[in-house]
Amino acid sequence: MFSDYSMSELTAIFAMQGFAGLILFSVFVLMALGLAIIFGQMGVINMAHGEFMILGAYVTYLMSNLFADYMPALFSIYFFIAMIFAFIASGALGMLVEWALIRHLYKRPLDTLLATWGLSLILQQLYRTVFGAREVGVTIPDWMMGSLPLTDLIEVPINGIFVMVLAVGISVGVYVMLYRSGWGKQVRAINNNRQMADAVGINTAWTDRMTFAIGCGVAGVAGSAFTMIGSTGPTAGQLYIVDTFLVVVFGGAGSLLGTIASAFSISQAQSIMEFFISGSMAKVLTLLTVVGILMLRPQGLFSLKLRK
Amino acid sequence: MQPMPIKHPFLTRRDIVGYAILAAVIFVAFPLLLEPFRLNLFGKYLTYAFVAVGLVLCWGVGGILSLGQGIFFGLGGYCMAMFLKLEASTPENTSIQSTPGIPDFMDWNQLTALPWWWEPFNSLFFTLIAVVIVPVAFAFIIGVAMFRRRVGGVYFAIITQAIAAILTILIIGQQGFTGGVNGITDLRTFNGWDIRTNDAKTLLYFVNGALLFAVLLIAQFVRKSKLGRLLIAMRDQEDRVRFSGYDVANFKIFVFCLGAGFAAIGGAMFTLQVGFMSPTFVGIVPSIEMVIYAAVGGRLSIIGAVYGTLLVNYAKTTFSESFPELWLFGLGALFIAVVMAFPNGLAGLWADHVEPRLKSLWPRGDAKHPASTSPATTEETPAE
Amino acid sequence: MSDSKKSTGINNLSRRAVLAGGAALSASLFAPKMLRAQDYPTAEINTTGLAVTDDTVTCGILHSVTGTMAISETGSVQAEKLAIEQINAQGGILGRKIEYIQEDGASDWPTFAEKARKLLVQDKVASVMGCWTSASRKAVLPVFEQNNGFLYYPTFYEGLEESPNVIYTGQEATQQIIAGLNWVNQTKGAKSFYLLGSDYIWPRTSNKIARKHIENFMEGCEVVGEEYYPLGHTQFNSVINKIRLRKPDVIYAIVVGGSNVAFYKQLKAAGIDPAEESPIVLTISVTEDEIRGIGGENIDGAYACMKYFQSLENENNQEFVSAFKEMWGEDIVIGDVTQAAYLGPWLWKAAVEKAGSFDVDKVREASPGIELQTAPEGYVKVHENHHLWSKTRVGRAKTDGQYDVVYETADLVEPDPFPEGYQ
Repeated sequence: MFSDYSMSELTAIFAMQGFAGLILFSVFVLMALGLAIIFGQMGVINMAHGEFMILGAYVTYLMSNLFADYMPALFSIYFFIAMIFAFIASGALGMLVEWALIRHLYKRPLDTLLATWGLSLILQQLYRTVFGAREVGVTIPDWMMGSLPLTDLIEVPINGIFVMVLAVGISVGVYVMLYRSGWGKQVRAINNNRQMADAVGINTAWTDRMTFAIGCGVAGVAGSAFTMIGSTGPTAGQLYIVDTFLVVVFGGAGSLLGTIASAFSISQAQSIMEFFISGSMAKVLTLLTVVGILMLRPQGLFSLKLRK
Repeated sequence: MQPMPIKHPFLTRRDIVGYAILAAVIFVAFPLLLEPFRLNLFGKYLTYAFVAVGLVLCWGVGGILSLGQGIFFGLGGYCMAMFLKLEASTPENTSIQSTPGIPDFMDWNQLTALPWWWEPFNSLFFTLIAVVIVPVAFAFIIGVAMFRRRVGGVYFAIITQAIAAILTILIIGQQGFTGGVNGITDLRTFNGWDIRTNDAKTLLYFVNGALLFAVLLIAQFVRKSKLGRLLIAMRDQEDRVRFSGYDVANFKIFVFCLGAGFAAIGGAMFTLQVGFMSPTFVGIVPSIEMVIYAAVGGRLSIIGAVYGTLLVNYAKTTFSESFPELWLFGLGALFIAVVMAFPNGLAGLWADHVEPRLKSLWPRGDAKHPASTSPATTEETPAE
Repeated sequence: MSDSKKSTGINNLSRRAVLAGGAALSASLFAPKMLRAQDYPTAEINTTGLAVTDDTVTCGILHSVTGTMAISETGSVQAEKLAIEQINAQGGILGRKIEYIQEDGASDWPTFAEKARKLLVQDKVASVMGCWTSASRKAVLPVFEQNNGFLYYPTFYEGLEESPNVIYTGQEATQQIIAGLNWVNQTKGAKSFYLLGSDYIWPRTSNKIARKHIENFMEGCEVVGEEYYPLGHTQFNSVINKIRLRKPDVIYAIVVGGSNVAFYKQLKAAGIDPAEESPIVLTISVTEDEIRGIGGENIDGAYACMKYFQSLENENNQEFVSAFKEMWGEDIVIGDVTQAAYLGPWLWKAAVEKAGSFDVDKVREASPGIELQTAPEGYVKVHENHHLWSKTRVGRAKTDGQYDVVYETADLVEPDPFPEGYQ
């Protein structure tokens, strides 16, 4: 298929395809980070993860309207403010949910799955009632659309770069919080042994609530960022849920590095296969490979060595 | 768990009463009270009960939560649908196509001959076997791969979910062979017998009910057998069972395959009663909804699973007829309520609230069989 | 029985002829035509036990208001309710007010079948306005044929179907596709096409027809790629790179739902701006409804090929748009399918009044040849094959989410659900 093209064209295409893979990687990282915190550290299966993302997207939508109507001068930077609000909104909802539901279910992980599934249905209907059944269009500032021509042939989408930077930023942030802060130590201690953590004086209830809230908040930021590349509607969150869980599980729960490595390998596999074979089959093959590897190595790519 | 009583009769008196009431509801009350349209609808609900009963064994008893039961329901249904579709696609019926005699969706996708793996489904005998064997074989492969490597709990749930997603994309993507997102539609006759008439639907309802009872009794047998008690032991302390010398994985594989077989029969009956099969059943959403049927009934109660299925589906139909928007709130709240407030579902409510009152109303009846009721009640308590 | 009906029919014709200015045989949308119920005894116009009383007739509305398809189907529900309200304001059908029972298909095909059966068997509705996706139509089709119901189906779809129990008020694939391809070839000189779609029957069949037309009927033209992505797919960067590699003159996109939004946003972000027309973006799946989600600035300059755009300039359409906005809010947009859904109740009314009966068999017999002079899209007529004769138009998307109509076929395009040479 490449014989008709010149060397420079091919180089350009492969460079852009490389970028496409990196963008997909960043998208996966953003999707999965919040869940990696919640599922990996707390063992809670949050099926409403997608709906927390969409909450962030709707917050962005509201902010875009607000800025367009009242502060058009600041419209070009509203997106950053929207992301902060998305974090706060999703985080606050996460806190509420942890208080009302999750904290009663820490010993029954499979039941968190059912309860959060119920929550996701309620949230979907809530979005539909409040924002209407149709998708909403989020207006993105002009400077974030379009592409950056690197050479004559290579063009890189600006929103792709934005997503990449965001993914790196949030990953670093989460890493620092989990592995370099006192709070992170507490979270990991609880993950390793809840009773002992409690016994040595860690406020497990409060730490759990904060962990869940931050996981949801990160989901909100991801949702906010995804308004640039995807759709915002009541059921859009469901598009992400299977991929997200697979990324986290494939990486090995409890390992941030694992999540990132798994996002990288899945995204590269998918992006390369999509280029050579048709889209549907690429997706099937990617998922099959992941499931196949998980059957051989159920603990995922990276796993914590723990005495249970 | 409390120490088990030493004798485990296959059916206690309490069970017999329970099954008798259920039989009266399904075989007498519904057919007498419901018009044919509603009866057919209830027949459809009862096909989901097959899945719910399987989930009681896998999840309630065995602690294996599968979010992919829709896979087996769908595979069973598709096997049946393939047979019916071939029967409906006679050259006369399909004369308008460029290749008459093959299913319509194949013609739309430029297939000019029947794929080889469709051929055996011309045979009723093969189909009836395939309906059960194909899903069970699939479950066996998944089970061996997962349980031998001690994948369980949450991981198992997520992986089954992923498999459901893969299969959905595959079925939709290969629409020349599978009918794609439309599914296999416009099914007419079963071995020459028109399944679309009201009489046929009523008869199918009874066949469905009888099969359901067969499945219920198998489930009851497994539940009361040594295997059932081992499963409960594994659910609570898997390592201890393993250290006692049992091969844990084999028991899990067996019960998972059994659940898959039940679901497959349900799927085939669904196809017969509704008249088509679509990939929406293979997906994640119905698979999770089916878990809630078992949960509402009480995840440990076999009979409860049937009532749970009927209740949730009846509520869904009624609510969505009058308040479609409220329905999702209701369903969501139901999920949460069952987990938070009533972890034992209907069976728990019955055991905690209704039965004591009945006993106080008829103290004599209670005095006659004290031994038969009390152990059963303790068994219903979840061990979490 | 038929004699008495005919005489009142003539009376009414003459009255209407005065009002509508001589549109003798057509059913007229906005010219009131008062038929009195007592002229049509219920026993005579309803011999099959449908839900028809002396003052009312009941029809069904069957769309998804929950689930993923609610995004698309909401507009159809609104249009049907508007049409029913307008018909009632004019005195209803045969003097009977239309009442409707609305059911939710919940974006789930088995639910559609269940609800269709409920509407036909239990509620005995005289007709149903409903369905959106091909899958939902296929699911309810056996129900309608078995119970002899009558469905008005609004969506543009893949064809290959001609049920005696369905009137297809949207375009079938050849109507929508061929004119658009010819146009882009003749006016833009496009020679090479990249076909892209969501992975289900409508895009696949439509692209099949497009490919046959491009390869067999358009000289020197070729298809340089054809590709499908799962419904709900949100990552299109790889295919966009493939498109760059192939350098087609036209990207022919039949992406639907949430994928639509992702595709156009990513296309624009990757530096393929539809407004620059290199390549030209031509779609048959993006109506004004979809643009709301995509954002006008992301699709500005793309061409869409369908039969109706909200911006059509004719009196019927202006009245329709303002009535629609009055009922459903000022910021609402109207897409092709919404307009087609609006035709359903009017076509039914016309057919019933021509037949002088609500009986499905008689309505079916009366349906071919029914004309609407005053449809928002212009004049339409029901073909023998239960599809509509309609014009095909090409619109160019603007940043405000509307289309500029840049081309329209001179004549009505004949519906051809089983096109010779395209299968």
